[in-house]
Amino acid sequence: MTLKRTSLNATHQRLGGRMVDFAGWEMPVHYGSTLREHLAVRSTVGIFDVSHMGEIEIRGKDALSMAQKVTSNDVQSLQDGQAQYSAILYPEGTFVDDIVLYRFHSEHLLLCVNAANREKDFQWISQHQEGQVDILDRGDAYAQLALQGPQAEAVLQQLTEIDLSSLRSYWFTRGDVDGVDSLISRTGYTGEDGFELYLPPENAPAIWDSLLTVGRPQQITPAGLAARNTLRLEMAYSLYGHEIDQTTNPWQANLGWIVKLEKGDFIGKENLQRLREKGPDRRLVGFEMVDRGIARDHYPVWVDGKQISEVTSGSPSPSLKKHVGLTYLPVQYTAVDQPLEVEVRGRHLKAKVVPTPFYKKTFPRVDSPGHLG
Amino acid sequence: MNIPENLLYSKEHEWLSREGEVVTIGVSDFAQKELGDVVFVELPEVGHSLSAQDAFGSLESVKAVSEAFTPVGGEVTEVNESLLDAPDKVNEDPYGEGWMIRLRLEDASQMDNLMSPEEYLKYTQEESSPDDA
Repeated sequence: MTLKRTSLNATHQRLGGRMVDFAGWEMPVHYGSTLREHLAVRSTVGIFDVSHMGEIEIRGKDALSMAQKVTSNDVQSLQDGQAQYSAILYPEGTFVDDIVLYRFHSEHLLLCVNAANREKDFQWISQHQEGQVDILDRGDAYAQLALQGPQAEAVLQQLTEIDLSSLRSYWFTRGDVDGVDSLISRTGYTGEDGFELYLPPENAPAIWDSLLTVGRPQQITPAGLAARNTLRLEMAYSLYGHEIDQTTNPWQANLGWIVKLEKGDFIGKENLQRLREKGPDRRLVGFEMVDRGIARDHYPVWVDGKQISEVTSGSPSPSLKKHVGLTYLPVQYTAVDQPLEVEVRGRHLKAKVVPTPFYKKTFPRVDSPGHLG
Repeated sequence: MNIPENLLYSKEHEWLSREGEVVTIGVSDFAQKELGDVVFVELPEVGHSLSAQDAFGSLESVKAVSEAFTPVGGEVTEVNESLLDAPDKVNEDPYGEGWMIRLRLEDASQMDNLMSPEEYLKYTQEESSPDDA
């Protein structure tokens, strides 16, 4: 199969990006050192190509009610120019996808969706089309850059007239970046302050290079998907296909805060109501390794001599210098310090449940998805 | 790419140096670059007996686990325990402080299957096609 390429493919090659298949896209997994890229985002600023993410627009007179029906969070509560973490759910209450919804105004909404789910989401929303709306797959119309880290504002401010200090977390605006009309969003997937820029693909290489140039004093660092994964894991943010999928629901995944049962009807509501009354049977928890070893995705998890689960995401945590992971456990085993065993290539290694996020900033910061709602 | 002249190489990207009956084994510069940051190393016990092609340990990067294989058989006489606390030595100095194990060679003819530096260079060039993931 031919892999899809973002408009920054040649840029990644030039920078020594190690290219891998990710959801059918040829993407840089790192540019030599995941550790260095990860730590750059925590300490100064990193830049990611996330153009593989999908974009779906809902436009028309009934766009808002359409979005209310196919997403779990409350679109009505948003002001124009605000973004929202949300989910598309099956009637069972399980995940079609997790998304970020942007409200331009009540008749124009943009959904940023996972690359692997782009077609599925588009078909799902189209199947449930209602009223006067157009549903558009706009994935090819946007490149997306993520500029993440405490110095992100200082770097981006040099390329735009927009006053970034007045753009709050989970708000966005349209404006020129380096002379190119872009959507500038104060969002991200790292736990750091930062921005996501949506812009025409043909302009992405020049803007990327401009950011590298103006960000030199801040030691801006191109960062790959491996760092993106360790950064989000340290925050215990869910990743579709790992923590959340068609078998898990928001109550189990600690994502109850993106479900607004009181907002009116939406797909999944009835079952979620019923499930909430029952209480979740299992819940997503963080753990850290006690014995020497690294838990990896899908490794078996044991409690009291029984295999009861598997690791949904597991990795070294570069910021904490520990080995951490996420797993679903029956609720009676979810208390902090609960002993577990992770089966690492045939050996049972000790681990224990710990609070999440794994990584906590030691000074005040702009908010991030895990803290909203 | 650093491929020292005085070493021999395996298809799994280990290097070997031989002094009498004792063979030192590590992973090549090519291998450490492929792995990315090595953050965790597992090594065998001293005294453990290995056959040619056995996995003798593992190297873990942030993203993945890779096994290390010995191209020759023998008893493990020494392991580089300093890697347990400083696995990054595999990246920084793969042919020096990043060595992994020493073993007492059982069958010297097994050394014949290894690649010369020239052969190994060619081998790595074939392996690293642009589409390689």
